[in-house]
Amino acid sequence: MLSIKRRRYVTIVALIVALSMLAVGCGGAADKGADSDKEPAADVIKIGVYEPLTGTNAAGGQMTVEGIKLANQLYPEVLGKKVELVVVDNKSEKQEAANAVERLISKEKVNVIIGSYGSSLSMAGGPVALDAKVPVIGCSPTNPAVTLDNDYYFRVCFIDPFQGTVMSNYATGTLGAKTAAIIQDVQQDYSVGLSSYFEKAFKATNGDASIVAKVNYNTGDKDFSAQLTEVKSKNPDVIFAPGNFLECGILVAKARELGITVPILGGDTWEAEEFLNQVTQYKDIYFSTHFTAEEPVTEVSTTFLDEFKKAYPDKEVNAFAALGFDTYILALDAMEKAGSADSVAIRDALAATKDFKGATGIITLDENGDATKTAVIKKVMDGKFVYEAKVDPK
Amino acid sequence: MDDRKNIKFILNIVLLLIIGIFLWWGQDNLSAFYIRILNLSAIFAILGISMNLVLGFTGMFSLGHSGFMCIGAYVAAILTMSPASKEIIYFMEPIVPVLAKVQWPILPAIIAAGIVAAIFGFLIGIPALRLRDDYLAIATLGFAEIIRIVVTNTISITNGSLGLKNIPSVKSLWVYWGIAIITIIILKKIINSNWGYAFKAIRDNEIAAEAMGVNIFSHKVLSFTIGAFFAGIAGALMAFLITSVDPTMFRFTFTFQILLIVVLGGMGSLTGSVISAVIITILMEVLRVVEQPFDLFGLLQIPGLPGMRMVIFAIGLLLVILFYRQGLMGTREFNWDYLLDKIHSFKKRGASM
Amino acid sequence: MDIFLQNVANSITLGSLYALIAIGYTMVYGIIRLINFAHADLLMVAAYIAFYGILIFTLPWYWAFILAIVLTTLLGVSIEKVAYRPLRNSPRISVLISAIGVSFLLQNVAIVVIGARPKPFPRPEQLVWNIKVGEISFLSLTILIPIITFILLILVMFIVKRTKMGIAMRAVSRDFETSSLMSVDVNKVISTTFVIGSALAGVGGIMWSMQYPQVDPLMGLFPGIKCFIAAVMGGIGSIPGAMIGGFVLGICEIMIVAFLPGLSGYRDAFAFVILILILLFRPGGILGESTVEKV
Repeated sequence: MLSIKRRRYVTIVALIVALSMLAVGCGGAADKGADSDKEPAADVIKIGVYEPLTGTNAAGGQMTVEGIKLANQLYPEVLGKKVELVVVDNKSEKQEAANAVERLISKEKVNVIIGSYGSSLSMAGGPVALDAKVPVIGCSPTNPAVTLDNDYYFRVCFIDPFQGTVMSNYATGTLGAKTAAIIQDVQQDYSVGLSSYFEKAFKATNGDASIVAKVNYNTGDKDFSAQLTEVKSKNPDVIFAPGNFLECGILVAKARELGITVPILGGDTWEAEEFLNQVTQYKDIYFSTHFTAEEPVTEVSTTFLDEFKKAYPDKEVNAFAALGFDTYILALDAMEKAGSADSVAIRDALAATKDFKGATGIITLDENGDATKTAVIKKVMDGKFVYEAKVDPK
Repeated sequence: MDDRKNIKFILNIVLLLIIGIFLWWGQDNLSAFYIRILNLSAIFAILGISMNLVLGFTGMFSLGHSGFMCIGAYVAAILTMSPASKEIIYFMEPIVPVLAKVQWPILPAIIAAGIVAAIFGFLIGIPALRLRDDYLAIATLGFAEIIRIVVTNTISITNGSLGLKNIPSVKSLWVYWGIAIITIIILKKIINSNWGYAFKAIRDNEIAAEAMGVNIFSHKVLSFTIGAFFAGIAGALMAFLITSVDPTMFRFTFTFQILLIVVLGGMGSLTGSVISAVIITILMEVLRVVEQPFDLFGLLQIPGLPGMRMVIFAIGLLLVILFYRQGLMGTREFNWDYLLDKIHSFKKRGASM
Repeated sequence: MDIFLQNVANSITLGSLYALIAIGYTMVYGIIRLINFAHADLLMVAAYIAFYGILIFTLPWYWAFILAIVLTTLLGVSIEKVAYRPLRNSPRISVLISAIGVSFLLQNVAIVVIGARPKPFPRPEQLVWNIKVGEISFLSLTILIPIITFILLILVMFIVKRTKMGIAMRAVSRDFETSSLMSVDVNKVISTTFVIGSALAGVGGIMWSMQYPQVDPLMGLFPGIKCFIAAVMGGIGSIPGAMIGGFVLGICEIMIVAFLPGLSGYRDAFAFVILILILLFRPGGILGESTVEKV
């Protein structure tokens, strides 16, 4: 008898707790709603940021946000108003990414949005922003489909076709490669896309038989010995292995441990401390990226590099922070050109971006909203990333 | 007693009307953000109750839900995308010609998504349901992962990891909640039918149920297939809500999120799953507050802590499973009889006074 | 031929790691019939403790490793006390959900406290160097890990087969209630099981992060599932079975990529296919015994 009574008592308590949580939640939401349903305070311009801060893409998202915050510290004002950053986490999940963008637009009333690391997350957020006519600037989503059919999505990074071709030309031209092997992460659109464009370009110059091996792995794998042994047995002149710095760091180090000495090539994701840490003692590792300290593409690159060192003295500069930095200053630039913080005006200003000087190079946005800009090739030498060459867009 | 029946019938109609009015009002007056959250909670409600049918009512610990969602989402996406966008999006490898020209309306595509997922559920159920408890859990988790990996690798059908985009967008509360309510009604009917009694008998004691003449295996497969059907439908709705899909959406960690809803709501209560689906989806947004940096009375700057939300949910899951295993509703359902009895006894008391 | 031998070396490395971690899984499962989802995250915890021990507290590597194993063991035992013991008489599904909850909690606490960015694990130079035999090259770990796995296997086998505690463990795994009637302290037996299991997770986590020198909050996910599969393949509950299962899985995974490189994208699916086939056709695994449930 007692136990039944107790159980009922507990049920009631639980219900009350749940309901009060809900009430508090709604209350909180309502409070916030009341605040933000008003027009944004006249002296503040809001920039929304949706990035993966937790989940599988968390590392990349956090690096990007560091860059954005750095830019915000340096340039806290535009049009005479203070810029407020609203950073929300999309948990590396698509439904969360769509929610996040919707939240930024209809609750926070942001004027422009920045994000997201990971093309699939950007593709989830894109349509929401398009419906609301709020422009989004992507930092590092390289999948060509992101800006497709979306007039409100822009990006400051170059896309897979350009980067793949650059690396192929570098492999054939400078490194004198006649054959190549590809190791790709089948779960990463970035890796698959880049590989396919590299393959196309490489085959076009060296013939159909020039790709001697193409092997796959999955995100999260740690053991690449079998794939690398397969590649080693085919004896290619170069290996192209674009992918996440998480897996690639281990992959490249393992390749060297297995005695593979040929050059290994990759994409811009490699410009990260996490990658460098794994491969410090090795050489002949090349990748395309956006900027360099030795040959600053623009004066903004120098500013960015100096300020980054000041703000994060114990961290290495990475490509994502630089791209995050650029999206922020590009957003500010567009607002200044538009002369207002109106979303549609910002979009038009963004679409007209030409020869914009960012930390990652001189950016011109084409009719799709994709950046055409100079690629930099770097290599790993003496435990550092070292400038190697510059490739201009045609 | 006939009176009671009539009253209940009327009450049901009134309830549906009220929900209808709310949806009609909400569609025009709520902001896009609230509509999106409500739509997402409808999807999670469908996922919750379909998993509850398998886990809470039939007692089978299946972790394969994300796999069936994946199938449903892809079927719906491929069937409804326009041929023009298929041509552009499949830029790595063209889509197989059979599917290139297909373009269905949305409702038939949703049903097709459910049916295809159900077929897979049936095919997977036949071998997998010979296992039970943790073996079943790990085998179904395995099947879900296999589905995802196959989807990632069959580029000419699914476009692989590049995912699909330009799926027609559906924003109407009516579609999501309409389908959720139909699902609730169908599952309620099933649970109160002979099938449902057999499911519960299997859950409570398999051997006793068999002795009573219940065909254990076929009922298990039946329950599993129905669960897969609705998971497929929820997957399709997810595709229309987000308008793009890719395989990484459907990792097995997604199933854990549904499990959270089922456990918190009460294993064995449809009402509980629906309520907890709505609460959790809303809390997920509300709790963003804990991840934002904030000032403590202007004295202390506390930086934002990404991941705090999930810590709270994990603790909630543990507390419920350790101290209050029935969850919100236990095996109880929302029930007019209960309310009517209350009113009745209240009236009586009033009359006697 | 060189290629084949290289693949054999690769298989041994991967297989012995799987085996090492699978033994811990099977220990726990054998006694209390629970898939300890949190086992995978104990690997992560051990790796982080060793990482911080070496880098922040500048301990010599062996002290850091011992500290990591001890703390991981403590954590494992307390998880059992808090999250599994209260549910001992409830349905198995509840305990499983509790295990999933603990795993979830550990991962997210790690994300909040440590951050999601991966960190490089410092390999002690005394333990790790490159060995080259003709065209074949591998790390010293390829020899070291199997040796450690084998020693631990013998040790665990000895405890289970020869000591009093081991007899009590086997009694508890056979029949819970009867053994408690025979004045076996069930709680103590289960705690001991978790001590051994978690210590093995500690060793496993350290070895794993020496082989793949990168630590991040979700690092346990992948070896966790793979090693559980290995334990099931070998016959879950059987300690030598876990070792065999680990090696078989490692060899299969390497060889499928070696001989069918076109299918390398399906490698992870392949592990699950083996798992399902084994569960269906030989539910006891390679060395396990099958049981029939009675009323």
